Amino acid sequence: MKLIKYLVYGVVFGIIMTKSEAISWYRIQEMFLFQSFHMYGIIMTAIAFGTLFVFLIKKTKMKDLDGNPIEIMPKQMGYKRYLFGGIIFGIGWSMTGACPGPLYVLIGNGYLSFIFVILCAIFGTFLYGVLRDKLPH
Amino acid sequence: MIEFLSQPWPFYFSGFLIAVVMFLLLWSGKKFGISSSLRSLCTILGAKKYSSFFDINWRDEAWNIVFSIGAILGGFIATRFFTDSEYVVGISKETIEYLAQYGINFDGYLAPMQIFSLDQILTARGIIIMGLGGVLIGFGTRWAGGCTSGHAISGLSDLQLPSLIAVIGFFIGGLLSTYFLLPHLLTL
Repeated sequence: MKLIKYLVYGVVFGIIMTKSEAISWYRIQEMFLFQSFHMYGIIMTAIAFGTLFVFLIKKTKMKDLDGNPIEIMPKQMGYKRYLFGGIIFGIGWSMTGACPGPLYVLIGNGYLSFIFVILCAIFGTFLYGVLRDKLPH
Repeated sequence: MIEFLSQPWPFYFSGFLIAVVMFLLLWSGKKFGISSSLRSLCTILGAKKYSSFFDINWRDEAWNIVFSIGAILGGFIATRFFTDSEYVVGISKETIEYLAQYGINFDGYLAPMQIFSLDQILTARGIIIMGLGGVLIGFGTRWAGGCTSGHAISGLSDLQLPSLIAVIGFFIGGLLSTYFLLPHLLTL
C-alpha cells in the first residue's frame, strides 16, 4: 500500500511531461537546434524551484514522511563517468527524442514502438553492468 | 479549469510542477531519478547472474518501477482526457522547415510517425534511431549515474558539480548527434 503514492506521483509526472510537450521528439530537435526557448524554459524553471525546495529542506532540516531527516547523497567526485556517460546518453536523447522518463510516458500516449526503445535501453543498462569494470569512472 | 488543462502548458507551469514532483519524492524518502528503474528491471530479468552491478534487492527499488507504471498511466490520461482532438505540437516554423530538408514532414504528433510507427522498427533507420538510440540511453545514463531527472533537475538543484559535468556531456552528445548524425540517419 505504501507504494500507491508513487503510482500517483508517476501519474502526475506523466501528465506534466505530456502537457508540457517535453516528451516530443520535435521539441527535443528544436531544443538542440536552439530554435525555441520552450525546453530550456522548462528545465531552467524546474531547476530554479528545485534549488529553492532543496534549500528550504536543508534550512529547516525537514524530515521525510517516516520522520527521518531528508538527506541528499552527494555524487562521487571525478569527471570521466559523467562526461563520457553523459555524451553517450546525449546522443541517444537526440536520436530518440526521449530521455528515460518520456520513454514510459510515450507508451501511455500510444506510441507503442517505444516499448522496443525501452527494451533496448534495458539491454544498454545490462551492457554497462557487464562492462563496468573496464570503463573509466 | 479543464479548458486550461487541455491547452499545452506554459513552460514555467510545467517546470514548477516537475520541481514539485522532485520535492514529493524527497519528502517520501526517495529521490527523483528515473533511469534507475532500468537497472531494477535488469535485476528482475535475471541480470545479476552476469554482473554484481545488478545484485541489488529490487524490492527496495520497487517504488521506482511503480512510479514508471504511473508515468505510463499519466501519459494515457493526459492524452485521453486532457487533449483536444485537433491538437498539434506547437514547434517553431524554423524546426519544421529544417526537418523538411531531410524528408521529415511535420505531422503534428508528439513523435513523427514517419520514424516511430511500429512498422518502422524493422527498417534500417528504425533499428538505428530506436534500437541503437535506446541502447545508448541505457548505457549512457548508467555510466553517468543518472539522466535528465537525476542530474539536470535533482543534481543541479543540489548544486552538485558532477551533475553539471554530466549535463554538459548530455548537451555535447545531443548537439553532435543533432547536427552531424541525424542529417544522415533521417535520410536513410
